[in-house]
Amino acid sequence: MLEQTLSKLKQQFADSILDVNWFRGELSIVINKDKLLDITRFLKEDEELSYKFLSDICGVDHLGRSPRFDVVYNFCSLKNRARIRLKVMVDENEIIPSLTADWKSANWLEREIYDMFGLKFENHPDLRRILLPDSWQGHPLRKDFPLTKEEVIFRHNQNRPPKIVG
Amino acid sequence: MGDKARETMFLNMGPQHPATHGVLKILLELDGETVVKAIPDIGFLHTGIEKTMESKTYSQVIPLTDRMDYVAPLSNNLGFCLAVEKLLEIEAPFKAQYLRVLLTELTRVANHLVFVGTHAHDIGAISMVLYGFREREMLLDLFDFVSGQRMMTSYFRIGGVAKDIPEGFEEKVKNILKVMPKRIRDYENILSKNRIWLNRTVGIGKISAEEAIGYGLSGPILRATGVKWDLRKSVPYSSYDKFDFDIPIGKNGDIYDRYLVRMEEMKQSLKIVKQALEGMPQGDYIAKAPEVVFPPKEEVKGNMENLIFQFKLAVEGFSPPKGEVYQAIESPKGELGYYIVSDGSPKPYRVRVRPPCFLNLSALNKMAEGHMIADVVAIIGSIDIVLGEIDR
Repeated sequence: MLEQTLSKLKQQFADSILDVNWFRGELSIVINKDKLLDITRFLKEDEELSYKFLSDICGVDHLGRSPRFDVVYNFCSLKNRARIRLKVMVDENEIIPSLTADWKSANWLEREIYDMFGLKFENHPDLRRILLPDSWQGHPLRKDFPLTKEEVIFRHNQNRPPKIVG
Repeated sequence: MGDKARETMFLNMGPQHPATHGVLKILLELDGETVVKAIPDIGFLHTGIEKTMESKTYSQVIPLTDRMDYVAPLSNNLGFCLAVEKLLEIEAPFKAQYLRVLLTELTRVANHLVFVGTHAHDIGAISMVLYGFREREMLLDLFDFVSGQRMMTSYFRIGGVAKDIPEGFEEKVKNILKVMPKRIRDYENILSKNRIWLNRTVGIGKISAEEAIGYGLSGPILRATGVKWDLRKSVPYSSYDKFDFDIPIGKNGDIYDRYLVRMEEMKQSLKIVKQALEGMPQGDYIAKAPEVVFPPKEEVKGNMENLIFQFKLAVEGFSPPKGEVYQAIESPKGELGYYIVSDGSPKPYRVRVRPPCFLNLSALNKMAEGHMIADVVAIIGSIDIVLGEIDR
């Protein structure tokens, strides 16, 4: 089934497929960001493929690579019991088209990516932080965010350090 | 909705409301007692587990997985171990696979007992919570007996399980198999035809199959809408294809159907446990893969080489090949997936947990819309959330 998906995609969107990767029987396809909506819609609406279940969206930070981030979409076809991964590569300030119009599940998943990686989605109805408080600085799942950094909460005497006598 | 001048009221439910099963806050927009909108606010229990996993070796990640869905720790272990095994291309021996199936199915029963207990308690059947937790204790005793821990078991290891089955295990499981069906029948006698229970659950929190798929719902909630999707059957892992069991499905997708599906699932799980116990293969409990698997403790004490090896494996870990895998299992809550990106170093470059409760909860607004405020409590209970997993 995965081969069939791949050949269909290649037929339809030959220019937008940047890379194809097989590993341990799993298929992941790197696609052009601008064609994301078209390709996902095709996967969903094609009668034969019917990838109707958007199982997961997650980000991966490849610090030092350009473009820096991967956004990984995990689609599942309940009909064919098949699962594929689509990836788009984006840089820090690029805006990714949101899938919320086609999949309700994308809403919270994209919010989590915004929260954890600071990537923005276009046409998202409610792009706020989801797990961290709104006042949080930085995006923890980025590789340059230190693991043990802790903010000083009480700073009332920040400007007046206590005098050490003796 | 006709009268636009009508004012709505906002009400914070939680984060310390007893019916929110942890620390969940819901912002309710109310028109009288009718819910116009229910906006969940999550993250109070966020501990950065995915970030922490990046700083641990693969073996050290296992205890972290326990602490996500703390009602079903063994299922979390299983998902992660299977994902790493896929990455390494090793397979657990049959005995370990059967033992894993047996214990995760008992975990499912334990999870559903907590579900039915707390859910019924929320709605008003207070005695159910006592019954549910009484029987769960029996299962936790077994986990304690096998792994040495009641809840945070960390019993599954990459390549198999941590220890061989202790003596007397069979009798304990047999006892559970003897007691549980009667008890499940008792619960059904209390609830299934109870007038109050029916009034509170039938037709409440409905969601259609198409909407459920759109929201990414999985597990009993999806099956209650009539979709026959269970990863144990659809994409079998860990020898599930060798067991004979049915997937219960519902029809209406309301709270009552979710309850029925879970009750039936418990019976099916016990059926699987029985088969696993009877067909338990002989042999090793952990794979023979010395680069990955810790040597047995007895050999470490008497053999210098093994001692060095144990030390190296504990301190440095092992380096799987570069690549990425996704492994999903059917946890009691739904599709629990692990997406691991390896860069060839002893620590995972990125571990993404696909949390079933997170997506299940995201449909709360859809389910609660137009119902009464008291139904929100029932709906949350029927989703069966664990905030530890949602917030990670």
